[in-house]
Amino acid sequence: MEIGPYLMLASLEGAVTAAVLALTAVGLSLVFGVMRVVNVAHGEFFMLGAVLAWWVTGLIGGHPALGFAMALVLVPVLVAGIAVAADMTILKRIAYDPERTIVATIGILYIIQQVTLMTYGPEARPVTPPFNTRLALPWVEFADGAPRLYWPWGLSTTSYKLGVIAAAGGVLVGVWALMARTRIGLLMRATQLDRDMALAFGIPVERVYALVFGIGAGLAALAAVLIVPIQQAHYLMGGDPLLLSFIVVIIGGLGSLPGTVLAAVLIGLSDGIISVFFSPTLAKILATLLVALVLVFRPQGLFGARPR
Amino acid sequence: MLELDGINVAYGKAQVLRDVSLSVAPGEILCLLGRNGAGKTTTMKAIMGLLPLMSGRVVVNGTAVSDLPAHKVPAVGVGYVPQGRRLFGELTVAQNLEIGLRVRRGGPEVLDGVLALFPRLAERWSQRAQTLSGGEQQMLATARALCLQPSVLLLDEPTEGLQPSMIEAIRQVITVMRDRGVAVLLVEQRVDAVLSVADRVAFIENGRNLETLPAEALRADHAIVERHLGV
Ligand SMILES: Nc1ncnc2c1ncn2[C@@H]1O[C@H](COP(=O)(O)OP(=O)(O)OP(=O)(O)O)[C@@H](O)[C@H]1O
Ligand SMILES: [Mg+2]
Repeated sequence: MEIGPYLMLASLEGAVTAAVLALTAVGLSLVFGVMRVVNVAHGEFFMLGAVLAWWVTGLIGGHPALGFAMALVLVPVLVAGIAVAADMTILKRIAYDPERTIVATIGILYIIQQVTLMTYGPEARPVTPPFNTRLALPWVEFADGAPRLYWPWGLSTTSYKLGVIAAAGGVLVGVWALMARTRIGLLMRATQLDRDMALAFGIPVERVYALVFGIGAGLAALAAVLIVPIQQAHYLMGGDPLLLSFIVVIIGGLGSLPGTVLAAVLIGLSDGIISVFFSPTLAKILATLLVALVLVFRPQGLFGARPR
Repeated sequence: MLELDGINVAYGKAQVLRDVSLSVAPGEILCLLGRNGAGKTTTMKAIMGLLPLMSGRVVVNGTAVSDLPAHKVPAVGVGYVPQGRRLFGELTVAQNLEIGLRVRRGGPEVLDGVLALFPRLAERWSQRAQTLSGGEQQMLATARALCLQPSVLLLDEPTEGLQPSMIEAIRQVITVMRDRGVAVLLVEQRVDAVLSVADRVAFIENGRNLETLPAEALRADHAIVERHLGV
C-alpha cells in the first residue's frame, strides 16, 4: 500500500488526540489567562472526569448510550463543582498568589489522586462507547488516467472517534461563544484584562475566578469523558494530559485561546503522525524540543501577543 | 458626599497615607494637589477599596464603603477615572461603556446622556479601546465612569498628555457634573488648570494632609501654591 492511506489514518488518530487535548488545554489556558495562576491539578480534574464517567455509566443500566449521555452531562458539572469548592476554600484564602497557588494545586493533585486510589482502586477500567460502528475509509487511485475511489484493507476508523472530534469542535465553538458573545464572557475578559478596574466597576472578581476555575476543570473532565471509551480510566492517567496541556499552552501563547486550539491541533496531529511512522517517544521528544525552542525564541508563544 | 476620616494605608510594610482626611460636598470640586509620589493615586485606590485600610473610614452618602468588599463600592455611586485611563484595551468602546452601565443597571437613557457629552465616542462605537487616540481614550475612561451615574466622581490626572482643546472638553464635563450635584475629587498636576475649576484645594505631602483652602485664596495669592509644591 502507498503512504497516503497511512497518513490519513495517522492524521485521524492525531485529530482525536488533538480534539481531546484542545479541550483540556483550553481549560488550563482559560484559568491561566483570567486568574493568572498555574493549575498543576488540572490533569487530576481530567482523571476525575474519566473515573466519574466509569462510575456514572456503571450506575445506569440499559443501552450504553444512555449512561454515556448522563456521564457527558453530569460529570463535567460534578468536577466543576469540586473545582469551585477547591477555589473557594483554598485558592481564595491564599489570595491567588502565583507561587503559593502552584504549591496549593500540587497539594490538590495528590489529594485527588490518593482519594481516587483509595476509593476507585488501582485498576484501569473501560467504558463502553455509546456507538462504535467501524467505518471503512476510501482512498483515491488513478486507474486508466481517471480517479477512482477504493477501500484499502485495514483503512478504517470508528464512528465514535469521529464523534469525539465533532463533539470537541462543538464545545470549543461553545467556549468561544461564551467568551465573545455573552455578558458573563465580557465580565471574564474584563477581569482578565485588568483585575483592579474590574473591581472598580463592580465586577465580583472572586466569583468570576471561582466560575473560571470551575469551567476550566469542567472542560478537562469533559475531554476525559470523551476519551475514556477509547483509553480506559485509571487513577494515574492525569499526568500526560497535564504535560501535553502545558506544552500546548506554552506554544500557543499563555492565555490565548485561539493560540491554544491551534497549538493543540499542531501537537495532536504531529503526535499522531510521528507515532505511527516513527515512535510515540520521538513524538514526545519533538514536542518538548518545540517548547524549548518556543521559550527561547518566542516566549510569548507562537500565536500569543507580545506583552505590552 | 464623600468623606475620608483619618485613613492610613500601606503597601505591604511601607505606609504611604497617614491620617488623611478629606470631605467633598455634593456639587463641589475638591482638588487634591501634591508632588509626585505624595499619595494622591493611593488615596483614590483606597477610596475604591482596592487597598486595605489600616485604620480610618471612607463614607459615601452615609454608607461606610470602607466596610464593603471592593466590588460593592462603585454601586454606592462612586465613579473612578484612574491615572493612565486603564481602559479594557481589547474590548470595544461599546463594551467598555456596557461594563460601566452594568454597575447600577443604567438603561439606554443613561448611555444617551453620556454620549451627548462625548459625541466622538458614538462614532468609534465598535473600535477597540486600545486603538483610540489618547484624547479619545480619556473621553472613554471618563464616559465609562459616568455610565454608573456617580454621585461621587474621582478623576486622577484626567488631562495628562492631552492637547489644550481636549483639556477644555474634559474641564467642561467636570463642571457639568458639579452643576448636576456630583461631588468631584480631582487630582491634577497643572496648577492653572486646577485653579480654573476647583472650589477648594487640599494639599498633601508625604501622605499627610497639609492645609485645605478655598480656591479663591490661591487665585488671590499664588505664593501659597509655591510654598506647598515648591514649583
Ligand atoms: N504598588 C505599590 N507598591 C509599593 N509602593 C507603592 C505602590 N504604588 C505606589 N507606591 C508608593 O506610594 C507612594 C505614593 O504613590 P502614589 O501613586 O499615590 O503617588 P501620586 O501622588 O499619585 O504621584 P504621581 O503624581 O506621580 O501620580 C509613592 O512613594 C510610591 O512609590
Ligand atoms: Mg498618581
